Amino acid sequence: MHRTKVRVVEDALDANNTIAAANRSDFDRSGVTVVNLMSAPGAGKTMLLERALEGLAEDGLRVGVLEGDVQGSFDADRLSLLHLPVVQLNTGNGFGGECHLDANMVRSALPAVPLDDIDLLLVENVGNLVCPAEFRIGEDAKIMVCSVTEGEDKPLKYPLMFRSCELVIINKVDLLEYLDFDVDRLEANILQVNPQATVMRVSAKTGDGVDAFRAWLQALPARAGATA
Amino acid sequence: MHEFDLSNAVLATVRKHAAGRRVTHVTLRIGRLRQVVKETLAFYLGIVGKDTECEGATLEIIDVPAVLRCTRCKNEWEIEIPAFICGTCGPGAVEVATGEEFMVESIEVEDEENAACTAPR
Repeated sequence: MHRTKVRVVEDALDANNTIAAANRSDFDRSGVTVVNLMSAPGAGKTMLLERALEGLAEDGLRVGVLEGDVQGSFDADRLSLLHLPVVQLNTGNGFGGECHLDANMVRSALPAVPLDDIDLLLVENVGNLVCPAEFRIGEDAKIMVCSVTEGEDKPLKYPLMFRSCELVIINKVDLLEYLDFDVDRLEANILQVNPQATVMRVSAKTGDGVDAFRAWLQALPARAGATA
Repeated sequence: MHEFDLSNAVLATVRKHAAGRRVTHVTLRIGRLRQVVKETLAFYLGIVGKDTECEGATLEIIDVPAVLRCTRCKNEWEIEIPAFICGTCGPGAVEVATGEEFMVESIEVEDEENAACTAPR
C-alpha cells in the first residue's frame, strides 16, 4: 500500500447544483419562472403568499406553489383556499426532518406540479435563515421575508442568507407602533450586507405594501424570459 | 447547523473521487463568507464517514479570507465584518474576490502497490 494525493478542486455542492440545473431545464421547457422564498420560521411567508397570490390569479398570471415544510400540510391547506395548484413537500416523516429544501427534494416533487399549466412557481422553503441559502433548487430568483419582530441585527448575523436574496421583504410593519424596533436600521443593515437588494416594507396582515410585491412578481416572468 | 448537510456534500464528493479506495486525508478550502464552523464540520464528517472508505480520515481546512473588490476603483480589501461597501465609492460596485469557496481541494488515498502496473494504458 502507498498513499497517493488526488487533486480534486471541486465545489462540494456540485452534486446539488447538477440536479438544480436539471430542474432548471424542466422549468425552462414549460416556460415556468421559479421563486425560492425563504425566511426564519414565523416571519409570515404563507400569509404574504395568501395576500399576494390572490391578486395575481385575477390578473391572469397562472401561479403554483410548492410548499416545503418539515412536517404537516398546515400551510398548503391555507393556500389551497386560493384555488391554485399547491403541492406539499415534507422533508421528514412524523417527527421533524430536513431544515431546508435541496435540488433533489424539489426534483422529487416535480411530477406532482402541473408545470405546463402555470407561469410562476413559488417555492416556499423551510423556515430557516441558514441552510436554505446554501442549496440551489433551480430557481430564477431567491427572495426572503424578515419581520420586525426579529431584530435589526439579523442581516449581520446571517449575511449568507441576506446576500443570496435579490428581494428582501420587511413584514409585519403594522406592528411597528407597538415595538421598540428601528426599521431604518434594519434596512441599513440589509443594504450593508447586500447593497444590490431591493427592500420592501409590507404588512401581509393589513395588505399594506403587498401591491409592490405583487407587481414585482408580475414583472418577473418577462425578466426571466429575457435572460433565458 | 448547516454543517451536517455540508458534511454529507463533502463526503459524497470525496467518495466520488476516491472510487472505492481508502481515504486517509481530506483537504477542504472554505471561504470565510460560508460561515462554516470548522469543529462542527469535522465532528459531523466523522459521523457520516463512519463505515465508509473515509472512516478515520484526517481533515485539514484551508481558510480563505473574505476579500472584496470594487469594480469602480479596483481597490481590494479584506473584511472581518459583513460590510459590502467600498470606503471610496460606496455600495453598488462591490464584488467578492475570495471567501465564498466551499471546495474539496484534494484527498489522500491508499493505492495498491501494483496499481500503476495494472492501470489501463
